[in-house]
Amino acid sequence: MLLTLDPDQELFRDTTAKLLSEQVPFEQLRLLRDDQSGFDDGYWLRGAELGWTSLLVSEQDGGGSIGDHGLVDLALVAYEFGRHAAPGPLLVANVVVATLSETEGHGFDNVISDVLLGKSIVTWCLGEPNPNDRLGAIELDIRVDGDDLVLNGVKRPVESGGRADYLLVSGRTGTGLTQVLVPVGTAGVSITPMQSVDMTRRFSVVRFDEVRIPSSSVVGDVGSADAQVDRQLERAVAINNAETVGAMQAAFDMTVEWAFDRYSFGRPLASYQELKHRFADMKTWLEASHAISDAATDAVATGSPDAPELLSAAKAFIGEYGSELMQDCVQIHGGIGLTFDHDIHLFLRRHTLNRALYGTPAEHRQRIAGLVEFKGEAQ
Amino acid sequence: MSTIDQEELEAFRGRVRSFARENLRPFASGASVGPLRNDRTDQEELAAVARDREVQRMLFDAGLAGVCFPREYGGQGLAPEYQRVLNAELVGYEYPSRLQAPTLSPCAAVLLDFGTEEQKQRHIPAILKGEEIWMQFLSEPSGGSDVAGALTSAVRDGDEWILNGSKIWTTGAWWSDWGLCLARTNWDVPKHRGLTVFMLPIRQPGLEVHRIEMLNGSKEFCQEFLTDVRVPDSDRVGEIDDGWTVGTRWMFHERMLMNSPLVTVPSGDQQNGDGAFFVNLVARDAGRLADPRARELIGEAHMLDLVNRRLRRRIGDGIATGTMADQSAAIGRLFGGVVSARIRTIAFDIAGASGGAWTDDDGEAAFSGTEFLMRQVSCIGGGTTEMARNVISERVLGMPRERALDRDVAFRDVPRGASSGARD
Repeated sequence: MLLTLDPDQELFRDTTAKLLSEQVPFEQLRLLRDDQSGFDDGYWLRGAELGWTSLLVSEQDGGGSIGDHGLVDLALVAYEFGRHAAPGPLLVANVVVATLSETEGHGFDNVISDVLLGKSIVTWCLGEPNPNDRLGAIELDIRVDGDDLVLNGVKRPVESGGRADYLLVSGRTGTGLTQVLVPVGTAGVSITPMQSVDMTRRFSVVRFDEVRIPSSSVVGDVGSADAQVDRQLERAVAINNAETVGAMQAAFDMTVEWAFDRYSFGRPLASYQELKHRFADMKTWLEASHAISDAATDAVATGSPDAPELLSAAKAFIGEYGSELMQDCVQIHGGIGLTFDHDIHLFLRRHTLNRALYGTPAEHRQRIAGLVEFKGEAQ
Repeated sequence: MSTIDQEELEAFRGRVRSFARENLRPFASGASVGPLRNDRTDQEELAAVARDREVQRMLFDAGLAGVCFPREYGGQGLAPEYQRVLNAELVGYEYPSRLQAPTLSPCAAVLLDFGTEEQKQRHIPAILKGEEIWMQFLSEPSGGSDVAGALTSAVRDGDEWILNGSKIWTTGAWWSDWGLCLARTNWDVPKHRGLTVFMLPIRQPGLEVHRIEMLNGSKEFCQEFLTDVRVPDSDRVGEIDDGWTVGTRWMFHERMLMNSPLVTVPSGDQQNGDGAFFVNLVARDAGRLADPRARELIGEAHMLDLVNRRLRRRIGDGIATGTMADQSAAIGRLFGGVVSARIRTIAFDIAGASGGAWTDDDGEAAFSGTEFLMRQVSCIGGGTTEMARNVISERVLGMPRERALDRDVAFRDVPRGASSGARD
């Protein structure tokens, strides 16, 4: 998280943190394991009221940011989501509604307004089944048939698919990408639940079997949504990173406290140099994660040319080093750290899921190589 | 921070840009500085030092030296943003690398913090003109990490002090001018309370500079032997026996080096990538740019480099705004050291067998093996990463301090070896 916030941002972050502590305390999160819906309607309505879904939406469409950049504000919310291992489609709702609002001459006023109020849930159908699950690989077919479009293919994992009212589907029309907004009740759409390492979030497989929709459902233009999808991916990675850092911070703080409180051989764990040095490493990885996450978010928000490089560096670093931090926190807790009743697994789960979504560390490292390669050849 | 006049900043950028274009030579690709490489003869090294002094003088004459040094000492008295602009605009050009660390920081930084008016007037302008290159006489052969355990002694003799002892790990002392020296002035008090800091010319009778050959053949590190070196009391920095106050700040400046607004380091990744760009060159020369395994390693190197730079900036901002303790500088020191070592390993792995045995035709890949052998230098020099881990856990996270046998004991009585007792 940013080191310095302006007073409005600080208040916004505080209010979000307070709402999350009240609405989804850790005891509540444990109960969600058996709750198919994943979160409570009232919870999401209250968050929307606070502005969770309006930060990337233009004022004209009823949205608005706190500071200069809505994405930076949203990263604060995401960070608090991570710190509380909070449920809800924060990432997908914002990514989708931002695109809808940005689409010129769009006819999505009603959808946008319901999302801002928390009355409708929107989600993004991006990923596809193995082995076509690599970052940015999109094969779902969208063909033009007269005044209609017809969708065929499978998307997974789709976050909050079981709760969604509308699906933003990224598909392929010939050589270009097309995005359409599909109401879940459309004939040919079938949604089946998946299982996840993170028990506070829900994912589905969404199948599209000859799904026919009117051309008014197209978001932007047919066959030219490539830049739009890239933009969504950038935002998704930025939000994902901020949230993951929040989860790391919570686990780290919890483990530092444990090291002071827990005694063995008559001394606190925090007095053992072997453990102190590991805490020093973890603190370093944590601060590094904050630094690169904030830098990448800022670069995306301001449209800086180094945004892709920074984003991938952040996603790869936070994924890889964050897992080391998380597992070391478990290790230092000992057996209790692997029990269901301890809180630490809530954060371990959040980090682990986020590491796997929107490109693995290895994929992002490959991506960085592609981005820096031209510099090598320029020499 | 928000009071910067953007127009003035852009005018400054324009001045730097035209100065660089008209006066500076292009940065020589692959010319890494420091002890990792041994690819220069002594004559070439001396010529490079002379050129560094010349470029520093050109910067001074153009009003571009000491951007964040006070005007009364020959600096420009500008905000750190101006130094960032200078760093950005010098990308791709030569710059006086040997005059940055330790001359401008920590040495000049310590003078600014603790020097008398006369000391500052005498040395800071000379430093900014490239006339004085400084060294840190800090570490000693008896112990690198335990800096406060210095054995070099200073004994008062009228208006002078007489120094005896040995200092080590000075990079380039054989072509340098002045040393900032931590010495023991009182053996009857605990170790931190009996130290004093002095400045002394390196080229003088009684001060012998010995060049240490590293495993790669580099002879840039030196050891100095001080025999009855006389230093006037007017060249003492800070109070008598209060050298640890100076020393603490001194090491803070050292850990903050890459973040310091007093130091010029071009911000482009070719010159300042902690070697990530070196990895690209090795992959190119090893013919592995298309190898997926190599590409993942290239990505990792650049990831670490980007994270390292952003972490440095976060810590610099945090300390400047008071949201982080000064001791957080150790976080940057630890990460930078580990990252640099990892990047050497990556380069070596990409080079394959050429890292182990090479010919002159192997390009950059030929350097990767020896740099790998030397890789720990980044985790040792400038304070070990183990010390940084102690500082982070104890001073930043507040964990219990390691037990020390030399606290609250007269330094004279502190054990200094398996067989040794105290000094008699």
